[in-house]
Amino acid sequence: MNSSTHVEQATVAAGETIVIRGRCVVPGVAEGEALVTTQPISGWGGVDPRNGTVIETRHELRGQSFAKKVLVFPGAKGSSGWSAQFHVARLMGTAPAAWLFNQMTTKVALGTVVSHSPAMTDFDQDPVALIRTGDWVKVDATNGVVTITRK
Amino acid sequence: MRLTDVEKAMRDGEAGPAVAKAMDLLIRYGEALGAEGLVETRNVCGTVTATTPFLRDFAVNKGGLDAVFSEFNLDSQEVVATPKVKAFSSHLQLGFDPHHPAEMGVSDEIVQFYKKSEAAAAKMGVQILNTCTPYQVGNVPTRGEHLAWMESSAVIYANSVLGARTNTEGRESTSCAMITCRIPDWGFHRDEGRRGTLGVHTDIPLETVEDWGLFGYWMGDWVQERVPVITGVRSSPNLPRLKHFGAAASSSGGVEMYHIVGITPEANTVEQAFGGNKATEVRHYGRRERELTLERINSTASDSKVDYVMLGCPHYTIEQIWEAAQLLEGRKLHPETALWIWTPRAIKELATRNGYTQIIEAAGGKIFTDSCSAMSRAVPPGTKVVALDSAKQAHYLPAILGLQAWFGTTEQCIEAACTGRWSAA
Repeated sequence: MNSSTHVEQATVAAGETIVIRGRCVVPGVAEGEALVTTQPISGWGGVDPRNGTVIETRHELRGQSFAKKVLVFPGAKGSSGWSAQFHVARLMGTAPAAWLFNQMTTKVALGTVVSHSPAMTDFDQDPVALIRTGDWVKVDATNGVVTITRK
Repeated sequence: MRLTDVEKAMRDGEAGPAVAKAMDLLIRYGEALGAEGLVETRNVCGTVTATTPFLRDFAVNKGGLDAVFSEFNLDSQEVVATPKVKAFSSHLQLGFDPHHPAEMGVSDEIVQFYKKSEAAAAKMGVQILNTCTPYQVGNVPTRGEHLAWMESSAVIYANSVLGARTNTEGRESTSCAMITCRIPDWGFHRDEGRRGTLGVHTDIPLETVEDWGLFGYWMGDWVQERVPVITGVRSSPNLPRLKHFGAAASSSGGVEMYHIVGITPEANTVEQAFGGNKATEVRHYGRRERELTLERINSTASDSKVDYVMLGCPHYTIEQIWEAAQLLEGRKLHPETALWIWTPRAIKELATRNGYTQIIEAAGGKIFTDSCSAMSRAVPPGTKVVALDSAKQAHYLPAILGLQAWFGTTEQCIEAACTGRWSAA
């Protein structure tokens, strides 16, 4: 973690912009409202690609839609059907606009690749701790830059 | 990513458009992982057939089964002709049992579509094993063999019990591996990815399938994706016990590999299992952990009346069917309770030749193949309460179908099937 870019969450005011950097997983540029969770996400049995909602029992995002949002989450869990669920979500128009996550696994790598949405990992600051649901987030995965505008 | 000349030629289209698309996906996927290259594989387990109305409509609107394979298996929007596989490839379980569509609520139209899709898969050279336990019906990898397998319970079994090497792959990556014999060289393909990072010691003996299921469910919840090194196991578990153990661990957590010191092939000693790593933490499993896990698995259940007894997740072995038949022989199911046992087609054939199917059917039970209740979302009509000997299925069925689930021994399950009640309730 680079201390010169470290931002204390409490000091970030509404409208202020924060920039973090990370590694490109799927290239491309996209922006949208952030949807943030501290809990890993299941694909098969955990999401409904028809409307882009989390359906897992007891998940903090249960009933919320990630469609066209910048999904900020720790990583993937559950069945090997992870990629197929988000593949269908792309075809249904309900995939996230972009993905930011911390824990690399084969599930999340393949799932983000077949979603065709820009994706990043290996950040200089933890996006799950820094970004809040509702923040406006621009993801330039090709150049490894995330620009967050606090709501 | 570093590619060999053969891989570059495949990428550039020398083996045809489908192989070029497959290499493109494998390169994008490998770069996403941060892999340095690809590894050769000749053993793939994945899904290429179509069993849903969504895929039928896609085929109708976008260009038939080639369009389905191009989009859902190669991640290619351009429709390319489906090629023959190069790697030995086995088909995993389906969304329903095509021999029992009525019980599963599947229309004849979808069954006919599936049959076309199955014929196309067979023509590609995919072995139609249709099971989550390919290692029970002829696909038994050897130690060190590089695989590209889907299905979490099969992956954990292949890595841990057989000492083969595979990550948890998906529908697209396994299909690309089938036609290129390549998969990213990352994670469990590499020595460093297979070493233990934390310790688990059992203070109590683990004897039955139920004991191993509970232990796996407890362990997975704590371990998540890490690689545990297990000590304290006093007697060698057999295939059904480790099948249930791994399935439970990969359901409550994301465990893809474990070591049992003195039993699994890369853990002759504690030192070998850790391979130079230091355990970041060690936890003990005792009576209290077992009790709390049983309570947690059974937390969805309160009604003692059981509508449905489901056995076979992962798919039952012939030994387990034999056991169920012995427990059922000469008895009748309760008139308001159904018993469905799920197994690979090849094992049902064996069960029938041995007379077990007849014993189970005479009691009122049925043996189904190719699928399970979690995959098919099919249960007997009106089911509110299910009893199972699988911690994995007890984890999924309440979430997927909103059922109450009782977990226990095979004997308790057969008792519930015959009396209509969960005796421990």
